[in-house]
Amino acid sequence: MRTAMRKIAPPEESAARRGANLTVLPLLSVRNVSKNFGGVAALNGLNITIKRGEILGLIGPNGSGKTTFFNVVSGIYAPTTGGLVLDGQDISGLSPQKVCRAGVARTFQRSRLCSSLSIFDNIAIGNHKNLNGGLWFNIFNRKKLREQFAQHFETARDLLGAFAPHLSGRMFEGVSGIPMIDRRRIEICRALISRPKLLLLDEPSAGMTRDETRRFMDDILTVRHEMGDITTIIIEHEMDVIEQITDRCAVLNYGEKICEGTFAEVAGNEMVQKAYLGA
Amino acid sequence: MRQLLPFFMMILATVYIILFLGAESEGAVMGLVAVGVLGGFAASRMGLFTTGTAGPGGSENLMNALAVAGVAAIALFFHNDHFTLLMVAKVLLYVIVCLGMNIQFGYAGIPNFSGAAFFGTGSYAAAVLMMHTPLPPVVNLLLGGGMAALIGSLLILPILRTRGHYAALITIAFSILFKTFLEVNDLLGGPQGLNVKGMSMLGWNFNDNIEIGSFEGSFYLGYVALALVLAILAFSFTRRIERSWIGLNLDAVRLDETASACFGIDIALWKIIAFTLGNFLIGVAGSLSAMMTGFIAPNNFTFSESLILVSIILLGGIGNVWGLVVGSAFVLLLPEKLQLIQEYRFLLFSGTVILILLFRPDGLIPRSLRFYFPVRSTR
Repeated sequence: MRTAMRKIAPPEESAARRGANLTVLPLLSVRNVSKNFGGVAALNGLNITIKRGEILGLIGPNGSGKTTFFNVVSGIYAPTTGGLVLDGQDISGLSPQKVCRAGVARTFQRSRLCSSLSIFDNIAIGNHKNLNGGLWFNIFNRKKLREQFAQHFETARDLLGAFAPHLSGRMFEGVSGIPMIDRRRIEICRALISRPKLLLLDEPSAGMTRDETRRFMDDILTVRHEMGDITTIIIEHEMDVIEQITDRCAVLNYGEKICEGTFAEVAGNEMVQKAYLGA
Repeated sequence: MRQLLPFFMMILATVYIILFLGAESEGAVMGLVAVGVLGGFAASRMGLFTTGTAGPGGSENLMNALAVAGVAAIALFFHNDHFTLLMVAKVLLYVIVCLGMNIQFGYAGIPNFSGAAFFGTGSYAAAVLMMHTPLPPVVNLLLGGGMAALIGSLLILPILRTRGHYAALITIAFSILFKTFLEVNDLLGGPQGLNVKGMSMLGWNFNDNIEIGSFEGSFYLGYVALALVLAILAFSFTRRIERSWIGLNLDAVRLDETASACFGIDIALWKIIAFTLGNFLIGVAGSLSAMMTGFIAPNNFTFSESLILVSIILLGGIGNVWGLVVGSAFVLLLPEKLQLIQEYRFLLFSGTVILILLFRPDGLIPRSLRFYFPVRSTR
């Protein structure tokens, strides 16, 4: 399975195609978004445009509002002011459920796998919007359910096979005994299985070694490319990861965007250096 | 050999329960309890509970069939013994109630400390319908369940706005409110309660003793049979819920509401569904119980009865359908057979629950991971 997934499109070609797509309408435009918690402004007048098919790195010191931004995009928090438009649809203030249906999937900074469920359950739940939840269907139409199950099982197993081939034969084992690295891989599968338009990755490689991170990022790039270049925003502290995989970066500090551009531009920016090293 | 184990376990369990129900002296009962505890401990040490109850493949259907045969054997063995058959029927009804609570608490994570109130709703609905309408009793069973589901769908509104302990408090409040309401309501008989007509179906009155040729059986045999049929239906209903996308959704809602919301799961909707389905099962059991005992009063539906129901779930293993069968049998039969602990039964149960929560927090038979279809080839 792994080899089958691998042979599709080398990364150079994907970068070229991404470049060609950048002129189209933005996938997500964030206009003047602020989020206040009491007197604290976690986000302050944020303007970001995410182009279709690109990978945007979101960086900034701890507490700069990166995760809050994800929470606002995914609907967990409603923005205090400002608006978000995803693919022509206004998603500001929508519930997480509606944002999910609009095509946003995310991972969480801390592993949020359900430890008492199996690997398959944890991945399948990410595909909730494509699972038939009808009462009659589930309880009395077991034949049809079985067909649907077989189909989803295969999808989930193939997807997991692309990240962790050693787990694809263990789909009905619990996730409680699984090492952190594999949990991260399962979480990515859970986000990808619904084939979202926009993928939000919140520190996906936290807790991995350098080599593991590199392989993991390769896997993410391959699969997201194979799914049609899913637009991705990634929060990451490893700067070489950001340098290697992102098309552009945005830097947050105290809830404001202080810089935006390619990694090289951002890294050379004086304000960014100040934010990271302290003034 | 391993395949035959469930066989032996079921036969052993059946024989054990027959001995237990037939035991005359308190000494014999105590001895059997000791044997049961030791046997259960040994079985769990050897991992027999998981092979016996959770094994995928054909063995599970066999297991279920054996369990049904076991109950039938017990009922036939005591075919003349009113009291014992009443106990068996009661255990079966409690199994149905706990299956309902299992959907609510075990799957969706909604604590329900008003199980007895919903049971009572079903009972009173059946009593009133039997008294004032010509509807056939079978329809009244379903309507009793429907009434409990309806009342539950009102109570779910405040529950949805709260979480955890506060949701539990709401159900506790409802439980107390329900009993008080019954006591002051003269239409429903007030504290004296109501008489309820017996079940009848296809011209067969369940309250007549059974005589077929030379066979003479207690009228409770009919109730045991009906309760068994309903328990089988409720059991397979609950199982199917668990082994479907519904079960997956409910588990996700229980385990992580924030993440569930981000996957598009409508948390309120699934909580309402789980609560309503559960209350329906509880209400149906309540209706049949009222017809069987022939008399209901507010004192049958107190908060402490609700606590007994919750303790069955905790003892058996939250979310495990087999666990609650064992739990129901334990909690109902023990005080009936051991009259000397009758007065201390709440003390005993609360003590047991504390011990279980301390040393075996997942219950006597912990829930196993979900599999959707018993097919080995997909694994």
